[in-house]
Amino acid sequence: MKYQSQKVAAYYFYCAMALFAAQVTFGLVLGYIYVAPNFLSELLPFNIARMIHTNALIVWLLLGFFGAAYYLIPEEAETELHSPKLAILQLVLLMVGASGAVVGYLFRVHEGREFLEQPLWVKLGIVVAALIFLYNITLTVLKGRKTAITNVLLLGLWGIALFFLFALYNPSNLTLDKMYWWYVVHIWVEGVWELVMAAILAFMMLKLTGVDREVVDKWLYSIVALALFTGLLGTGHHYYWIGTPGYWQWIGSIFSALEVAPFFAMVVFTFVMVWKGRREHPNKAALLWSLGCSTLAFFGAGVWGFMHTLAPINYYTHGTQVTAAHGHLAFYGAYVCLNLAIITYAMPHLKNRTPYNQVLNMAAFWLMSGGMAFMTFTLTFAGVVQTHLQRVNGEYFMDVQDQLALFFWMRFGSGVAVVLGVLIFLYAVLVPRKEVVTPGMKTETVPAE
Amino acid sequence: MSEGLTASKARNIFYGGSLFFLVVFGALTVHSHIYAVNTSTDAEGLTESVVHGKRVWEENSCINCHTLLGEGAYFAPELGNVWVRYGGRDDPEGAREAIKLWMQSQPTGIEGRRQMPQFNLTDDELDALADFFKWVSEIDTQNWPPNDAG
Repeated sequence: MKYQSQKVAAYYFYCAMALFAAQVTFGLVLGYIYVAPNFLSELLPFNIARMIHTNALIVWLLLGFFGAAYYLIPEEAETELHSPKLAILQLVLLMVGASGAVVGYLFRVHEGREFLEQPLWVKLGIVVAALIFLYNITLTVLKGRKTAITNVLLLGLWGIALFFLFALYNPSNLTLDKMYWWYVVHIWVEGVWELVMAAILAFMMLKLTGVDREVVDKWLYSIVALALFTGLLGTGHHYYWIGTPGYWQWIGSIFSALEVAPFFAMVVFTFVMVWKGRREHPNKAALLWSLGCSTLAFFGAGVWGFMHTLAPINYYTHGTQVTAAHGHLAFYGAYVCLNLAIITYAMPHLKNRTPYNQVLNMAAFWLMSGGMAFMTFTLTFAGVVQTHLQRVNGEYFMDVQDQLALFFWMRFGSGVAVVLGVLIFLYAVLVPRKEVVTPGMKTETVPAE
Repeated sequence: MSEGLTASKARNIFYGGSLFFLVVFGALTVHSHIYAVNTSTDAEGLTESVVHGKRVWEENSCINCHTLLGEGAYFAPELGNVWVRYGGRDDPEGAREAIKLWMQSQPTGIEGRRQMPQFNLTDDELDALADFFKWVSEIDTQNWPPNDAG
């Protein structure tokens, strides 16, 4: 840690990890309800548990992004944060909003659009927190060195805030409601979040592999160009069947098929940087998470997205378990792994010590990723069978679901593996062993960055 | 990466191209907005009761179990065409009564069946919800879903 104010990142990471634990716990409950539907059916109905599962995910990923920004921007801009106090205030606001929302959900206080269930006061709190954040990091970047990484990261974070404003617009015409709802949901995860992802990955590559900044910058701009060129019009793949014009079937199919490109570029980028890199960085776990991030994002977002994105295919698969399979691996690969990578990288620096518990951390990677991959396979098979029985044969929804029980049991099993992986990860990051190296040795093995 | 491409060239391509696609996307959105209001949905029929029904739909977070036009939680049946599935095209009154009766008789409590909560809706709210389902079923969705099973 070069700058004292980077310390605030640690608080963001702690809160993110707490919500991560909550997210997977509720995920496990939901997976269990699928196989034992009477479980908690009066106390915690499926819709309430799912709200908490998805909202906790979104909030912890955002907290991770904010933490990553507070960690890497001082280092990139080569200056202290404009105001660490504002950063803490922002975190308090977000945590009050998040816990308020969760408690409210348990008592059936919520709005009704998927993922945007937060009551209005929480939404406005999020806007205020976002404004504080943007003010804080923008001023930091302006007074310091400007790099491609800070440029792209800043643009992505501004985009997140601007497109969130559409969450406040809920037209009574359902078609319009859905159109603008995707302005938040799609343009976040298949647009501006990718900018944040590419920027953080570029920072990690710079630090972990020691390749030239000029090379990293070139890759970074090329990747984010691909992301927005395909991702913006790729929104069209959500506009096939909601009452929007038929031309979206062409635009959506073509551009969303090309959305594979930026993810593929990220795989090539990370692996080429590692091969070219001259640096043997001691934090192997952070490198594993970074490579895992680009690889699993390519499969989850890229391949699994492509699988059902062409309109004639989507006509049959839309809204089946195929979507659930894609959603899980895409979020896990692109954004969960990204956050766990930066947390794994930054925590030793924030604690001012050499990387610790690496083997445990890497074991967590394999268990979590293996579990998530298996979950994706089971849901994909469930989705394909469902598509055939329901969409081709015309059997009724619940009759079809009953025939998928085996897949749902296997999904629950893989969920258990994921939760175990998460627990091991949290232990590895939060409970460092006592420093084993002597101070003299430590200076020799100190990481380059 | 080819040798000819420098970081600043890549940056300019990124900014210029993104702006271009943003403008195209914005223009298509405007067109789609107008199309939705004038062509694919029944703007005349978007009565107070339909709007009320949409509010009931949201207040009870139906979307976190069901899907509506394929979007939602995949845990419970598609409802964009529930009006059609219940025979509302031929017998609107019958479909309305069937939907209301279904809502009132939840949860079934049957062991091993997915449970829908009892939302204790008033008669007005149930009527509004049925009106909302009817209105949604009339959106021109490019013939989705493929069949009545939803």
